[in-house]
Amino acid sequence: MKKLPSLTDQLGEPVAGNGLLHRRFFLQSGAAIAGAAAALGTARAESIGAASPPTMLKPGAMFTGYGVPSHWRDNVQRIVATNVPPGREVTGSTRTPLHMLEGTITPGGLHYVRNHNGTPDIDPSRHQLLIHGMVRQSLIFNLDSLIRYPMETRVHFMECAGNSGGMNAPMPPQGTAGDIHGLLSGSEWTGVKLSTLLDEAGLDSKATWILAEGADGAGMSRSVPVWKGMDDAMIALYQNGEAIRPEQGFPMRLLLPGFEGNTNVKWIRRLKVMDTPMYTRDETSRYTELMPDGKAREFMLQMEPKSVILKPSFGMTMQGPGYYQISGLAWSGLGRVRKVDVSADGGKTWTEAALTAPVQSKALTRFRLPWMWSGQPVTLMSRTTDEKGQVQKTHADWAAQYAPRQNFHFSAIQSWAVAADGKVSNVYV
Amino acid sequence: MSKTIALFGAALCVIAGAAVAAQVAPPKLGRAATPDEIAKVDISIPPDGKGLPAGSGTVAQGTAVYMQKCEVCHGANGAGTPSGDRLVGGIGTLNSPNPIKTVSSYWPYATTLFDYIRRAMPVTNPQSLSNDEAYAVVAYILSIDNIVPKDVTLDAQSLPKVQMPNKAGFVNWEPRLLKP
Repeated sequence: MKKLPSLTDQLGEPVAGNGLLHRRFFLQSGAAIAGAAAALGTARAESIGAASPPTMLKPGAMFTGYGVPSHWRDNVQRIVATNVPPGREVTGSTRTPLHMLEGTITPGGLHYVRNHNGTPDIDPSRHQLLIHGMVRQSLIFNLDSLIRYPMETRVHFMECAGNSGGMNAPMPPQGTAGDIHGLLSGSEWTGVKLSTLLDEAGLDSKATWILAEGADGAGMSRSVPVWKGMDDAMIALYQNGEAIRPEQGFPMRLLLPGFEGNTNVKWIRRLKVMDTPMYTRDETSRYTELMPDGKAREFMLQMEPKSVILKPSFGMTMQGPGYYQISGLAWSGLGRVRKVDVSADGGKTWTEAALTAPVQSKALTRFRLPWMWSGQPVTLMSRTTDEKGQVQKTHADWAAQYAPRQNFHFSAIQSWAVAADGKVSNVYV
Repeated sequence: MSKTIALFGAALCVIAGAAVAAQVAPPKLGRAATPDEIAKVDISIPPDGKGLPAGSGTVAQGTAVYMQKCEVCHGANGAGTPSGDRLVGGIGTLNSPNPIKTVSSYWPYATTLFDYIRRAMPVTNPQSLSNDEAYAVVAYILSIDNIVPKDVTLDAQSLPKVQMPNKAGFVNWEPRLLKP
């Protein structure tokens, strides 16, 4: 049998410490792998059924009206908090199991949910969206009217401002990537540009803020700048090709690409155009964070560039030394991801990962890098830079901006330590 | 030559056609809202108190409402429980190694407290409090740390005048956002 070239023959020398290989390996290796597959011939027996798997010997399951994932993957579930005190059952969140997924689109049923008083059951035929305040004409829209407007379809991430909040604890939390960073999801959104509706109502030239209010039991309300409403904001009606789900705001939500999740008000029922913010509870006592001098940042609305390695990550055990593909997600609320650098030696040396096209603005971006693990302990890190030149901060630089234990807008570099026994743990570098 | 010009002209027409297609005015399907329709849903209260309803509440009235409807989660005297946030104390801690954020220590506007209680509390029965009860509960909570005197009566005139200890404690980050 012909001996295949070794991986190191094909891949060349590592380009950064502890076995990181050049991202071009993905392009070079395609032909070699295809050749190896073609070389595998399959002998045909007289009775082909005898050699076939049982699934080929009988009809499969019936058709269904709405498909569900394989029962072999029943373990892939959102991370639901347990031991919740009475009164807080529906005011918390469930997290996306990022470490169990691939690609960049989060399945609707696994999209993270942050609710402030449960998911309302809204009759779409009775739901209305009011635009009023500093407008020429106050207007009411319903779903039947909105679906007749020109629509846009765009891919964007959604991230709770409280995502990764545990990462500012004195000791690094030992949890999966989903446990720690799972208030993050990616979707294709379809809806009506908010600017179209604001133009129809006629904005007063002095208008600067818009109060957005949801029809849930929290009456969630947030103030957002008019410039965002006139830029890329959308009244989203569809998510991943289907009607937006109740947990995400059915029948409609405000979508503010790149802004903290909470401002993307679900079950949107009212937009009041103003010349000042409303200073609601969730933009004063929440989603603000103290700096060391005791002053707090408010309206820190744009999510900063961030990335996290998902393979490998906490909870996974390496299968011994050899070849692995590092895989993770990067995103920025400011625009496109320009690059993701990966280090396997705790930040001493870095090399650029491959980004999976298309790289879209304010959207999850998958990065990958080939890696030859020697079996020795290493520390893996990823650091993203967005198209505006903003670079993901180190843990120390991020924490230095704020008072102790502030847990909103955490965006620092995530470091995973891989031990000689293959176990992965969370470390601060 | 004339053929080239004709082709060029056709190309221009295609481009112009695309531009026209993109500029088709969207339908105007919004229905005019009546003042009554707006009044029913315009429940937000800004710091200047515009939109505050008639009615009033005292600390004594608020104590009774609090004990009946709030204390189960927020604890005796607003001290907090695992079920509900701590509401009082922590004044002066925000620049310390152990900052404590409460209504008393952190919230910049009393109007926000009224707005939030009236729209979202109690969590199991939101929007069930009368306007008088909402004023009263605000009066009680703010009286615990003496932000308002124990004999205060809060209403549409007096509530916006309440000075919260951390009113000047915020830096507006919006001007630093990256605008399009």
